[in-house]
Amino acid sequence: MTAQAGGGAAWVKSERQLDRERRRRRAGVRSGSVAAASTVLCVAVVVAVVVTSPGWPRVHETFFNWGEFTGAFPDVLRGFWLNVRIFLIAEPVILVLGLLVALARGLRNPLFFPLRALAVAYTDVFRGIPTILLVYLVGFGLPALRLQGIPDSPAVLGGFALVLSYGAYVAEVFRAGIDSIHPSQRAAARSLGLSKTQSLRFVVLPQAVRRVVPPLLNDFASLQKDTALVAVLGPLEALRQAQIHSAANFNYTPYLATAVLFVALTVPMARFTDHLAVRAERRRAPGGGT
Amino acid sequence: MSGPLLRVEGVWKTYHAHPVLRGVDLDVAPHEVVCLIGASGSGKSTLLRCVNVLETVDDGAILLEGDDITDPDADPDAVRKRIGMVFQSYNLFPHMSVLDNITLAPVRVHKRPKAEAAEEARELLKRFGLADKAGEYPDRLSGGQQQRVAIIRAMATRPSLLLLDEVTSALDPELVTEVMGIIRELKESGMTMVLATHEMGFARDIADTVCFLSDGVLLERGPAEQIFEDPAEPRTREFLRRVLESRRL
Repeated sequence: MTAQAGGGAAWVKSERQLDRERRRRRAGVRSGSVAAASTVLCVAVVVAVVVTSPGWPRVHETFFNWGEFTGAFPDVLRGFWLNVRIFLIAEPVILVLGLLVALARGLRNPLFFPLRALAVAYTDVFRGIPTILLVYLVGFGLPALRLQGIPDSPAVLGGFALVLSYGAYVAEVFRAGIDSIHPSQRAAARSLGLSKTQSLRFVVLPQAVRRVVPPLLNDFASLQKDTALVAVLGPLEALRQAQIHSAANFNYTPYLATAVLFVALTVPMARFTDHLAVRAERRRAPGGGT
Repeated sequence: MSGPLLRVEGVWKTYHAHPVLRGVDLDVAPHEVVCLIGASGSGKSTLLRCVNVLETVDDGAILLEGDDITDPDADPDAVRKRIGMVFQSYNLFPHMSVLDNITLAPVRVHKRPKAEAAEEARELLKRFGLADKAGEYPDRLSGGQQQRVAIIRAMATRPSLLLLDEVTSALDPELVTEVMGIIRELKESGMTMVLATHEMGFARDIADTVCFLSDGVLLERGPAEQIFEDPAEPRTREFLRRVLESRRL
Protein backbone atom coordinates (compact mmCIF):
# COMPACT_ATOMS: atom_id res chain seq x y z
CA MET A 1 0.00 0.00 0.00
CA THR A 2 1.17 3.45 -0.83
CA ALA A 3 -0.22 6.71 0.44
CA GLN A 4 -2.40 8.61 -2.02
CA ALA A 5 -0.67 11.62 -3.49
CA GLY A 6 -1.93 14.77 -1.81
CA GLY A 7 -4.04 12.87 0.72
CA GLY A 8 -2.47 13.13 4.18
CA ALA A 9 1.17 12.65 5.15
CA ALA A 10 3.33 9.86 3.71
CA TRP A 11 2.89 6.59 5.58
CA VAL A 12 5.62 5.62 8.00
CA LYS A 13 4.87 2.30 9.73
CA SER A 14 4.23 2.79 13.40
CA GLU A 15 6.20 0.95 16.10
CA ARG A 16 3.04 -1.00 16.91
CA GLN A 17 2.66 -2.20 13.31
CA LEU A 18 6.35 -3.17 13.06
CA ASP A 19 6.05 -5.20 16.24
CA ARG A 20 2.91 -6.90 14.89
CA GLU A 21 4.69 -7.84 11.69
CA ARG A 22 7.71 -9.22 13.60
CA ARG A 23 5.46 -11.41 15.69
CA ARG A 24 3.51 -12.60 12.65
CA ARG A 25 6.79 -13.57 10.93
CA ARG A 26 7.95 -15.47 13.99
CA ALA A 27 4.63 -17.35 14.19
CA GLY A 28 4.94 -18.21 10.50
CA VAL A 29 8.41 -19.67 10.94
CA ARG A 30 7.25 -21.62 13.97
CA SER A 31 4.24 -23.23 12.22
CA GLY A 32 6.42 -24.05 9.21
CA SER A 33 8.96 -25.95 11.31
CA VAL A 34 6.23 -27.76 13.26
CA ALA A 35 4.64 -28.94 10.01
CA ALA A 36 8.00 -30.13 8.63
CA ALA A 37 8.98 -31.99 11.81
CA SER A 38 5.63 -33.75 12.20
CA THR A 39 5.60 -34.79 8.54
CA VAL A 40 9.09 -36.28 8.72
CA LEU A 41 8.15 -38.15 11.89
CA CYS A 42 4.93 -39.54 10.40
CA VAL A 43 6.63 -40.73 7.23
CA ALA A 44 9.44 -42.36 9.24
CA VAL A 45 6.95 -44.23 11.44
CA VAL A 46 4.84 -45.44 8.51
CA VAL A 47 7.89 -46.61 6.55
CA ALA A 48 9.31 -48.38 9.59
CA VAL A 49 6.04 -50.16 10.35
CA VAL A 50 5.47 -51.22 6.74
CA VAL A 51 9.01 -52.41 6.05
CA THR A 52 9.35 -54.39 9.30
CA SER A 53 5.93 -56.04 9.00
CA PRO A 54 6.03 -59.81 8.31
CA GLY A 55 4.27 -59.60 4.90
CA TRP A 56 6.51 -56.85 3.48
CA PRO A 57 8.96 -59.03 1.49
CA ARG A 58 6.04 -60.61 -0.37
CA VAL A 59 4.40 -57.22 -1.06
CA HIS A 60 7.73 -55.93 -2.26
CA GLU A 61 8.21 -58.91 -4.53
CA THR A 62 4.66 -58.81 -5.98
CA PHE A 63 4.09 -55.09 -6.52
CA PHE A 64 7.49 -53.37 -6.45
CA ASN A 65 9.68 -55.74 -8.40
CA TRP A 66 12.19 -53.56 -10.24
CA GLY A 67 13.08 -56.23 -12.78
CA GLU A 68 9.45 -56.75 -13.68
CA PHE A 69 8.92 -53.01 -13.85
CA THR A 70 11.71 -52.35 -16.32
CA GLY A 71 10.77 -55.45 -18.31
CA ALA A 72 7.14 -54.42 -18.77
CA PHE A 73 7.49 -50.65 -18.93
CA PRO A 74 8.42 -50.23 -22.62
CA ASP A 75 5.43 -52.31 -23.75
CA VAL A 76 3.09 -50.61 -21.29
CA LEU A 77 4.31 -47.21 -22.42
CA ARG A 78 3.75 -48.15 -26.07
CA GLY A 79 0.25 -49.29 -25.13
CA PHE A 80 -0.31 -46.10 -23.21
CA TRP A 81 0.27 -44.10 -26.37
CA LEU A 82 -2.87 -45.75 -27.74
CA ASN A 83 -4.80 -44.63 -24.63
CA VAL A 84 -3.57 -41.09 -25.19
CA ARG A 85 -4.63 -41.19 -28.84
CA ILE A 86 -8.10 -42.51 -27.98
CA PHE A 87 -8.40 -39.72 -25.44
CA LEU A 88 -7.15 -36.98 -27.78
CA ILE A 89 -9.57 -37.95 -30.54
CA ALA A 90 -12.55 -38.67 -28.28
CA GLU A 91 -12.27 -35.43 -26.31
CA PRO A 92 -13.06 -32.91 -29.07
CA VAL A 93 -15.80 -35.16 -30.46
CA ILE A 94 -17.36 -35.34 -26.98
CA LEU A 95 -17.22 -31.55 -26.60
CA VAL A 96 -19.04 -30.99 -29.90
CA LEU A 97 -21.60 -33.75 -29.25
CA GLY A 98 -22.26 -32.54 -25.70
CA LEU A 99 -22.74 -28.95 -26.79
CA LEU A 100 -25.10 -29.93 -29.62
CA VAL A 101 -27.19 -32.11 -27.31
CA ALA A 102 -27.35 -29.35 -24.69
CA LEU A 103 -28.45 -26.85 -27.35
CA ALA A 104 -31.03 -29.29 -28.72
CA ARG A 105 -32.55 -29.58 -25.25
CA GLY A 106 -33.04 -25.82 -25.20
CA LEU A 107 -34.98 -25.67 -28.48
CA ARG A 108 -38.45 -24.23 -27.98
CA ASN A 109 -39.67 -24.19 -31.58
CA PRO A 110 -42.40 -26.86 -31.96
CA LEU A 111 -40.85 -27.86 -35.28
CA PHE A 112 -37.79 -29.15 -33.41
CA PHE A 113 -39.72 -31.09 -30.77
CA PRO A 114 -38.47 -34.50 -32.02
CA LEU A 115 -34.88 -33.25 -31.79
CA ARG A 116 -35.46 -32.08 -28.23
CA ALA A 117 -37.07 -35.38 -27.26
CA LEU A 118 -34.17 -37.26 -28.83
CA ALA A 119 -31.66 -35.21 -26.83
CA VAL A 120 -33.50 -35.91 -23.57
CA ALA A 121 -33.72 -39.63 -24.36
CA TYR A 122 -30.02 -39.73 -25.26
CA THR A 123 -28.82 -38.19 -22.00
CA ASP A 124 -31.21 -40.30 -19.93
CA VAL A 125 -30.20 -43.58 -21.57
CA PHE A 126 -26.46 -43.12 -21.92
CA ARG A 127 -25.91 -41.67 -18.48
CA GLY A 128 -27.70 -44.70 -17.07
CA ILE A 129 -25.68 -47.41 -18.80
CA PRO A 130 -22.42 -48.44 -17.06
CA THR A 131 -19.55 -47.40 -19.34
CA ILE A 132 -18.01 -50.87 -19.41
CA LEU A 133 -21.36 -52.34 -20.52
CA LEU A 134 -21.48 -49.80 -23.31
CA VAL A 135 -17.97 -50.77 -24.36
CA TYR A 136 -19.09 -54.41 -24.65
CA LEU A 137 -22.28 -53.48 -26.51
CA VAL A 138 -20.51 -51.30 -29.05
CA GLY A 139 -17.24 -53.21 -29.26
CA PHE A 140 -18.67 -56.69 -29.68
CA GLY A 141 -22.28 -55.93 -30.63
CA LEU A 142 -21.76 -53.59 -33.59
CA PRO A 143 -19.30 -55.82 -35.52
CA ALA A 144 -21.64 -58.77 -34.91
CA LEU A 145 -24.22 -57.01 -37.07
CA ARG A 146 -21.91 -57.55 -40.06
CA LEU A 147 -23.10 -54.30 -41.62
CA GLN A 148 -21.02 -52.53 -44.20
CA GLY A 149 -19.02 -49.50 -43.10
CA ILE A 150 -18.75 -50.42 -39.42
CA PRO A 151 -15.10 -50.12 -38.36
CA ASP A 152 -13.51 -53.32 -37.10
CA SER A 153 -10.74 -51.73 -35.05
CA PRO A 154 -11.43 -52.37 -31.35
CA ALA A 155 -9.74 -49.08 -30.43
CA VAL A 156 -12.10 -47.13 -32.70
CA LEU A 157 -15.15 -48.99 -31.43
CA GLY A 158 -14.04 -48.53 -27.82
CA GLY A 159 -13.44 -44.83 -28.44
CA PHE A 160 -16.91 -44.57 -29.95
CA ALA A 161 -18.44 -46.16 -26.82
CA LEU A 162 -16.61 -43.63 -24.64
CA VAL A 163 -17.89 -40.77 -26.82
CA LEU A 164 -21.48 -41.99 -26.40
CA SER A 165 -21.15 -42.27 -22.66
CA TYR A 166 -19.24 -39.05 -21.98
CA GLY A 167 -21.25 -37.05 -24.52
CA ALA A 168 -24.27 -37.49 -22.25
CA TYR A 169 -22.39 -36.26 -19.18
CA VAL A 170 -20.85 -33.31 -20.95
CA ALA A 171 -24.24 -32.34 -22.42
CA GLU A 172 -25.59 -32.05 -18.89
CA VAL A 173 -22.61 -29.95 -17.83
CA PHE A 174 -23.19 -27.55 -20.72
CA ARG A 175 -26.91 -27.42 -19.98
CA ALA A 176 -26.24 -26.57 -16.33
CA GLY A 177 -23.91 -23.80 -17.49
CA ILE A 178 -26.51 -22.35 -19.85
CA ASP A 179 -29.19 -22.50 -17.15
CA SER A 180 -26.88 -20.76 -14.69
CA ILE A 181 -26.81 -17.54 -16.70
CA HIS A 182 -29.28 -15.12 -15.15
CA PRO A 183 -32.45 -14.49 -17.24
CA SER A 184 -31.77 -10.75 -17.07
CA GLN A 185 -28.83 -11.28 -19.44
CA ARG A 186 -31.15 -12.80 -22.02
CA ALA A 187 -33.72 -10.04 -21.42
CA ALA A 188 -31.04 -7.40 -21.98
CA ALA A 189 -29.92 -9.08 -25.20
CA ARG A 190 -33.47 -9.45 -26.49
CA SER A 191 -34.31 -5.85 -25.58
CA LEU A 192 -31.45 -4.74 -27.84
CA GLY A 193 -33.17 -6.53 -30.72
CA LEU A 194 -30.98 -9.64 -30.79
CA SER A 195 -32.88 -12.75 -31.86
CA LYS A 196 -33.08 -15.85 -29.65
CA THR A 197 -30.22 -17.46 -31.54
CA GLN A 198 -28.08 -14.33 -31.44
CA SER A 199 -28.70 -13.92 -27.69
CA LEU A 200 -27.59 -17.48 -27.15
CA ARG A 201 -24.53 -17.20 -29.35
CA PHE A 202 -23.17 -13.81 -28.30
CA VAL A 203 -24.40 -13.41 -24.73
CA VAL A 204 -25.40 -16.67 -23.03
CA LEU A 205 -23.01 -19.28 -24.44
CA PRO A 206 -19.74 -17.36 -24.01
CA GLN A 207 -20.54 -16.86 -20.33
CA ALA A 208 -21.84 -20.40 -19.84
CA VAL A 209 -18.78 -22.06 -21.40
CA ARG A 210 -16.41 -20.06 -19.22
CA ARG A 211 -18.34 -21.13 -16.18
CA VAL A 212 -18.24 -24.87 -16.94
CA VAL A 213 -14.54 -25.22 -17.80
CA PRO A 214 -13.60 -26.66 -14.36
CA PRO A 215 -16.33 -29.37 -14.33
CA LEU A 216 -15.48 -30.19 -17.96
CA LEU A 217 -11.83 -30.71 -17.08
CA ASN A 218 -12.96 -32.93 -14.23
CA ASP A 219 -14.89 -35.08 -16.70
CA PHE A 220 -11.85 -35.27 -18.92
CA ALA A 221 -9.60 -36.44 -16.11
CA SER A 222 -12.15 -39.21 -15.69
CA LEU A 223 -12.17 -39.93 -19.43
CA GLN A 224 -8.38 -40.35 -19.43
CA LYS A 225 -8.71 -43.20 -16.95
CA ASP A 226 -11.69 -44.75 -18.66
CA THR A 227 -9.73 -45.26 -21.88
CA ALA A 228 -8.44 -48.34 -20.02
CA LEU A 229 -11.95 -49.86 -20.29
CA VAL A 230 -11.25 -50.36 -23.99
CA ALA A 231 -8.85 -53.12 -22.84
CA VAL A 232 -11.77 -55.57 -22.63
CA LEU A 233 -12.04 -55.41 -26.45
CA GLY A 234 -8.46 -56.55 -26.82
CA PRO A 235 -6.45 -53.73 -28.44
CA LEU A 236 -2.90 -53.51 -27.11
CA GLU A 237 -3.32 -50.46 -24.91
CA ALA A 238 -1.59 -49.97 -21.55
CA LEU A 239 -3.80 -52.11 -19.34
CA ARG A 240 -3.86 -54.96 -21.88
CA GLN A 241 -0.06 -54.92 -22.11
CA ALA A 242 0.18 -55.01 -18.32
CA GLN A 243 -2.21 -57.96 -18.25
CA ILE A 244 -0.03 -59.86 -20.71
CA HIS A 245 3.16 -59.22 -18.73
CA SER A 246 1.50 -59.94 -15.44
CA ALA A 247 0.03 -63.22 -16.66
CA ALA A 248 3.48 -64.41 -17.78
CA ASN A 249 5.08 -64.33 -14.28
CA PHE A 250 2.18 -63.93 -11.85
CA ASN A 251 3.61 -60.60 -10.79
CA TYR A 252 1.56 -57.45 -10.43
CA THR A 253 4.26 -54.86 -10.88
CA PRO A 254 3.24 -54.20 -14.54
CA TYR A 255 -0.15 -53.00 -13.27
CA LEU A 256 1.63 -50.61 -10.98
CA ALA A 257 3.65 -49.32 -13.94
CA THR A 258 0.37 -48.67 -15.77
CA ALA A 259 -1.11 -46.91 -12.77
CA VAL A 260 1.94 -44.64 -12.59
CA LEU A 261 1.43 -43.59 -16.21
CA PHE A 262 -2.26 -42.78 -15.70
CA VAL A 263 -1.53 -40.80 -12.55
CA ALA A 264 1.23 -38.92 -14.36
CA LEU A 265 -1.36 -37.80 -16.91
CA THR A 266 -4.28 -36.97 -14.59
CA VAL A 267 -2.41 -35.15 -11.84
CA PRO A 268 -1.29 -32.23 -14.05
CA MET A 269 -4.87 -32.02 -15.32
CA ALA A 270 -6.19 -31.85 -11.75
CA ARG A 271 -3.71 -29.12 -10.83
CA PHE A 272 -4.68 -27.17 -13.94
CA THR A 273 -8.36 -27.45 -12.91
CA ASP A 274 -7.51 -26.14 -9.44
CA HIS A 275 -5.58 -23.30 -10.99
CA LEU A 276 -8.57 -22.29 -13.14
CA ALA A 277 -10.93 -22.50 -10.18
CA VAL A 278 -8.68 -20.25 -8.10
CA ARG A 279 -8.42 -17.78 -10.95
CA ALA A 280 -12.20 -17.70 -11.39
CA GLU A 281 -12.61 -17.15 -7.65
CA ARG A 282 -10.16 -14.27 -7.74
CA ARG A 283 -12.00 -12.69 -10.66
CA ARG A 284 -15.26 -12.77 -8.76
CA ALA A 285 -13.74 -11.08 -5.73
CA PRO A 286 -14.12 -7.28 -5.57
CA GLY A 287 -11.27 -5.50 -7.26
CA GLY A 288 -10.33 -8.75 -8.99
CA GLY A 289 -9.85 -9.24 -12.68
CA THR A 290 -6.87 -9.22 -14.98
CA MET B 1 -46.79 11.25 -38.47
CA SER B 2 -48.91 13.34 -36.13
CA GLY B 3 -50.47 10.71 -33.84
CA PRO B 4 -48.91 9.45 -30.63
CA LEU B 5 -45.61 7.60 -30.87
CA LEU B 6 -46.83 5.06 -28.37
CA ARG B 7 -50.44 4.20 -27.56
CA VAL B 8 -51.40 1.81 -24.76
CA GLU B 9 -55.06 0.80 -24.92
CA GLY B 10 -56.80 -0.96 -22.04
CA VAL B 11 -53.89 -3.27 -21.26
CA TRP B 12 -54.40 -6.09 -18.77
CA LYS B 13 -51.69 -8.34 -17.40
CA THR B 14 -52.04 -10.99 -14.72
CA TYR B 15 -49.46 -13.23 -13.10
CA HIS B 16 -50.91 -16.44 -11.66
CA ALA B 17 -54.41 -14.96 -11.47
CA HIS B 18 -53.03 -11.89 -9.73
CA PRO B 19 -53.81 -8.80 -11.85
CA VAL B 20 -50.80 -6.49 -12.17
CA LEU B 21 -52.19 -4.18 -14.87
CA ARG B 22 -55.92 -3.57 -14.95
CA GLY B 23 -56.90 -1.75 -18.11
CA VAL B 24 -54.13 0.83 -18.54
CA ASP B 25 -54.44 3.57 -21.20
CA LEU B 26 -51.53 5.81 -22.05
CA ASP B 27 -50.47 8.00 -24.99
CA VAL B 28 -46.94 9.19 -25.51
CA ALA B 29 -46.33 11.92 -28.10
CA PRO B 30 -43.07 12.20 -30.02
CA HIS B 31 -40.38 13.94 -27.93
CA GLU B 32 -42.50 13.60 -24.82
CA VAL B 33 -40.99 12.44 -21.54
CA VAL B 34 -43.42 10.46 -19.39
CA CYS B 35 -42.63 9.45 -15.81
CA LEU B 36 -44.50 6.58 -14.18
CA ILE B 37 -44.67 6.91 -10.42
CA GLY B 38 -46.33 4.73 -7.83
CA ALA B 39 -45.55 2.28 -5.05
CA SER B 40 -43.57 -0.90 -5.64
CA GLY B 41 -45.86 -3.48 -7.23
CA SER B 42 -48.13 -0.86 -8.77
CA GLY B 43 -47.31 -2.13 -12.26
CA LYS B 44 -44.76 0.41 -13.56
CA SER B 45 -42.11 -2.13 -14.53
CA THR B 46 -44.66 -4.57 -15.93
CA LEU B 47 -46.04 -1.86 -18.19
CA LEU B 48 -42.55 -1.12 -19.55
CA ARG B 49 -41.85 -4.82 -20.07
CA CYS B 50 -45.12 -5.18 -21.98
CA VAL B 51 -44.19 -2.27 -24.24
CA ASN B 52 -40.87 -3.97 -24.98
CA VAL B 53 -42.67 -7.28 -25.64
CA LEU B 54 -40.70 -8.97 -22.87
CA GLU B 55 -44.19 -9.85 -21.54
CA THR B 56 -47.30 -10.65 -23.56
CA VAL B 57 -50.40 -8.68 -22.59
CA ASP B 58 -53.55 -10.54 -21.52
CA ASP B 59 -55.90 -7.98 -23.02
CA GLY B 60 -55.84 -4.62 -24.78
CA ALA B 61 -53.32 -3.44 -27.34
CA ILE B 62 -50.07 -1.50 -27.61
CA LEU B 63 -49.36 0.52 -30.75
CA LEU B 64 -45.92 1.80 -31.65
CA GLU B 65 -45.99 4.42 -34.41
CA GLY B 66 -49.41 3.04 -35.36
CA ASP B 67 -48.33 -0.64 -35.55
CA ASP B 68 -50.00 -3.09 -33.20
CA ILE B 69 -47.05 -4.72 -31.43
CA THR B 70 -49.33 -6.97 -29.35
CA ASP B 71 -50.58 -8.72 -32.50
CA PRO B 72 -49.57 -12.38 -32.19
CA ASP B 73 -48.09 -12.18 -35.70
CA ALA B 74 -45.97 -9.12 -34.93
CA ASP B 75 -42.24 -9.88 -34.81
CA PRO B 76 -40.96 -8.97 -31.34
CA ASP B 77 -37.41 -8.64 -32.64
CA ALA B 78 -38.52 -6.01 -35.16
CA VAL B 79 -40.36 -4.12 -32.41
CA ARG B 80 -37.36 -4.15 -30.09
CA LYS B 81 -35.17 -2.74 -32.83
CA ARG B 82 -37.22 0.44 -32.51
CA ILE B 83 -37.26 0.53 -28.71
CA GLY B 84 -34.34 0.84 -26.30
CA MET B 85 -34.64 -0.42 -22.73
CA VAL B 86 -32.51 0.16 -19.65
CA PHE B 87 -32.89 -1.96 -16.53
CA GLN B 88 -32.53 -1.30 -12.83
CA SER B 89 -29.64 -3.77 -12.54
CA TYR B 90 -27.81 -2.47 -15.67
CA ASN B 91 -27.53 -5.99 -17.19
CA LEU B 92 -24.32 -5.24 -19.04
CA PHE B 93 -22.68 -8.29 -20.59
CA PRO B 94 -19.83 -9.13 -18.19
CA HIS B 95 -17.73 -11.00 -20.77
CA MET B 96 -17.52 -8.04 -23.15
CA SER B 97 -15.68 -4.76 -22.92
CA VAL B 98 -17.70 -1.55 -22.68
CA LEU B 99 -17.15 -0.91 -26.38
CA ASP B 100 -18.30 -4.41 -27.38
CA ASN B 101 -21.37 -4.08 -25.17
CA ILE B 102 -22.34 -0.94 -27.07
CA THR B 103 -21.54 -2.13 -30.60
CA LEU B 104 -23.06 -5.64 -30.30
CA ALA B 105 -26.59 -4.67 -31.38
CA PRO B 106 -25.61 -2.08 -34.03
CA VAL B 107 -23.30 -4.63 -35.68
CA ARG B 108 -25.31 -7.84 -35.26
CA VAL B 109 -28.88 -6.54 -35.44
CA HIS B 110 -28.62 -3.39 -37.55
CA LYS B 111 -25.75 -4.71 -39.68
CA ARG B 112 -23.69 -1.56 -39.45
CA PRO B 113 -20.00 -1.83 -40.31
CA LYS B 114 -17.99 -2.59 -37.21
CA ALA B 115 -15.62 0.35 -37.55
CA GLU B 116 -18.48 2.78 -37.99
CA ALA B 117 -20.34 1.40 -34.97
CA ALA B 118 -17.19 1.58 -32.85
CA GLU B 119 -16.57 5.16 -33.96
CA GLU B 120 -20.11 6.11 -32.99
CA ALA B 121 -19.83 4.29 -29.66
CA ARG B 122 -16.63 6.16 -28.83
CA GLU B 123 -18.36 9.44 -29.61
CA LEU B 124 -21.26 8.59 -27.29
CA LEU B 125 -18.84 7.56 -24.55
CA LYS B 126 -16.97 10.82 -24.96
CA ARG B 127 -20.16 12.85 -24.88
CA PHE B 128 -21.15 11.27 -21.57
CA GLY B 129 -17.75 11.44 -19.91
CA LEU B 130 -16.72 7.81 -20.31
CA ALA B 131 -14.17 8.12 -23.12
CA ASP B 132 -11.44 6.37 -21.10
CA LYS B 133 -13.65 3.37 -20.27
CA ALA B 134 -14.11 1.92 -23.78
CA GLY B 135 -11.74 -0.99 -23.16
CA GLU B 136 -12.76 -1.74 -19.57
CA TYR B 137 -14.91 -4.67 -18.50
CA PRO B 138 -18.17 -3.88 -16.67
CA ASP B 139 -17.05 -5.30 -13.30
CA ARG B 140 -14.31 -2.66 -13.19
CA LEU B 141 -16.82 0.19 -13.33
CA SER B 142 -18.86 1.82 -10.59
CA GLY B 143 -22.63 1.35 -10.59
CA GLY B 144 -23.18 4.83 -11.99
CA GLN B 145 -20.69 4.22 -14.80
CA GLN B 146 -22.26 0.85 -15.59
CA GLN B 147 -25.72 2.39 -15.79
CA ARG B 148 -24.47 5.18 -18.05
CA VAL B 149 -22.92 2.56 -20.32
CA ALA B 150 -26.24 0.69 -20.32
CA ILE B 151 -28.03 3.85 -21.43
CA ILE B 152 -25.46 4.47 -24.17
CA ARG B 153 -25.84 0.83 -25.25
CA ALA B 154 -29.59 1.33 -25.61
CA MET B 155 -29.06 4.62 -27.50
CA ALA B 156 -26.55 3.14 -29.92
CA THR B 157 -29.31 1.35 -31.81
CA ARG B 158 -30.98 4.76 -32.47
CA PRO B 159 -34.34 3.77 -31.02
CA SER B 160 -37.42 5.94 -31.50
CA LEU B 161 -38.48 5.25 -27.91
CA LEU B 162 -36.41 4.71 -24.77
CA LEU B 163 -37.77 2.84 -21.74
CA LEU B 164 -36.00 3.34 -18.42
CA ASP B 165 -36.99 0.99 -15.60
CA GLU B 166 -35.97 2.45 -12.24
CA VAL B 167 -32.52 3.06 -13.55
CA THR B 168 -31.26 4.84 -10.43
CA SER B 169 -32.79 2.54 -7.80
CA ALA B 170 -29.72 0.33 -7.41
CA LEU B 171 -27.29 3.23 -7.17
CA ASP B 172 -25.63 4.98 -4.23
CA PRO B 173 -27.06 8.48 -3.78
CA GLU B 174 -23.91 10.23 -5.01
CA LEU B 175 -23.99 8.21 -8.25
CA VAL B 176 -27.65 8.97 -8.99
CA THR B 177 -26.94 12.49 -10.23
CA GLU B 178 -24.51 11.37 -12.95
CA VAL B 179 -27.13 9.01 -14.38
CA MET B 180 -29.80 11.70 -14.15
CA GLY B 181 -27.50 14.03 -16.01
CA ILE B 182 -27.29 11.74 -19.01
CA ILE B 183 -31.10 11.32 -19.08
CA ARG B 184 -31.56 15.09 -18.94
CA GLU B 185 -29.23 15.44 -21.89
CA LEU B 186 -31.23 12.87 -23.85
CA LYS B 187 -34.40 14.85 -23.18
CA GLU B 188 -32.75 17.98 -24.52
CA SER B 189 -31.81 16.13 -27.70
CA GLY B 190 -35.49 15.31 -28.21
CA MET B 191 -35.58 11.63 -27.19
CA THR B 192 -39.00 10.17 -26.43
CA MET B 193 -38.80 8.43 -23.08
CA VAL B 194 -40.97 6.56 -20.61
CA LEU B 195 -39.39 6.24 -17.15
CA ALA B 196 -40.48 4.30 -14.13
CA THR B 197 -38.90 6.04 -11.16
CA HIS B 198 -38.90 6.48 -7.40
CA GLU B 199 -37.01 9.78 -7.63
CA MET B 200 -39.82 12.30 -7.28
CA GLY B 201 -37.56 15.33 -7.54
CA PHE B 202 -36.13 14.01 -10.77
CA ALA B 203 -39.58 13.11 -12.15
CA ARG B 204 -40.80 16.61 -11.44
CA ASP B 205 -37.73 18.13 -13.04
CA ILE B 206 -37.61 16.09 -16.24
CA ALA B 207 -41.14 14.86 -17.00
CA ASP B 208 -43.54 16.54 -19.40
CA THR B 209 -46.22 14.25 -18.08
CA VAL B 210 -46.40 12.32 -14.83
CA CYS B 211 -48.61 9.24 -14.47
CA PHE B 212 -49.53 7.83 -11.09
CA LEU B 213 -50.16 4.08 -11.03
CA SER B 214 -51.85 2.37 -8.15
CA ASP B 215 -52.70 -1.34 -8.05
CA GLY B 216 -52.43 -1.72 -11.79
CA VAL B 217 -54.60 1.27 -12.63
CA LEU B 218 -53.38 4.52 -14.13
CA LEU B 219 -55.13 6.65 -11.57
CA GLU B 220 -54.04 10.10 -12.59
CA ARG B 221 -52.00 11.77 -15.29
CA GLY B 222 -51.06 15.36 -15.88
CA PRO B 223 -48.24 17.86 -16.21
CA ALA B 224 -45.55 17.36 -13.58
CA GLU B 225 -46.41 20.58 -11.77
CA GLN B 226 -50.07 19.75 -11.42
CA ILE B 227 -49.44 16.20 -10.16
CA PHE B 228 -46.93 17.28 -7.56
CA GLU B 229 -48.57 20.59 -6.48
CA ASP B 230 -52.21 19.79 -6.75
CA PRO B 231 -53.02 16.13 -7.32
CA ALA B 232 -56.68 15.48 -8.01
CA GLU B 233 -56.82 11.98 -6.54
CA PRO B 234 -56.67 11.47 -2.77
CA ARG B 235 -54.51 8.35 -3.30
CA THR B 236 -51.97 10.32 -5.29
CA ARG B 237 -51.83 12.88 -2.50
CA GLU B 238 -51.43 10.10 0.07
CA PHE B 239 -48.61 8.46 -1.93
CA LEU B 240 -46.70 11.71 -2.38
CA ARG B 241 -47.12 12.58 1.28
CA ARG B 242 -45.64 9.22 2.32
CA VAL B 243 -42.74 9.56 -0.08
CA LEU B 244 -41.96 13.04 1.21
CA GLU B 245 -42.11 11.83 4.80
CA SER B 246 -39.68 8.99 4.14
CA ARG B 247 -37.29 11.49 2.58
CA ARG B 248 -37.30 13.56 5.73
CA LEU B 249 -36.23 10.64 7.95
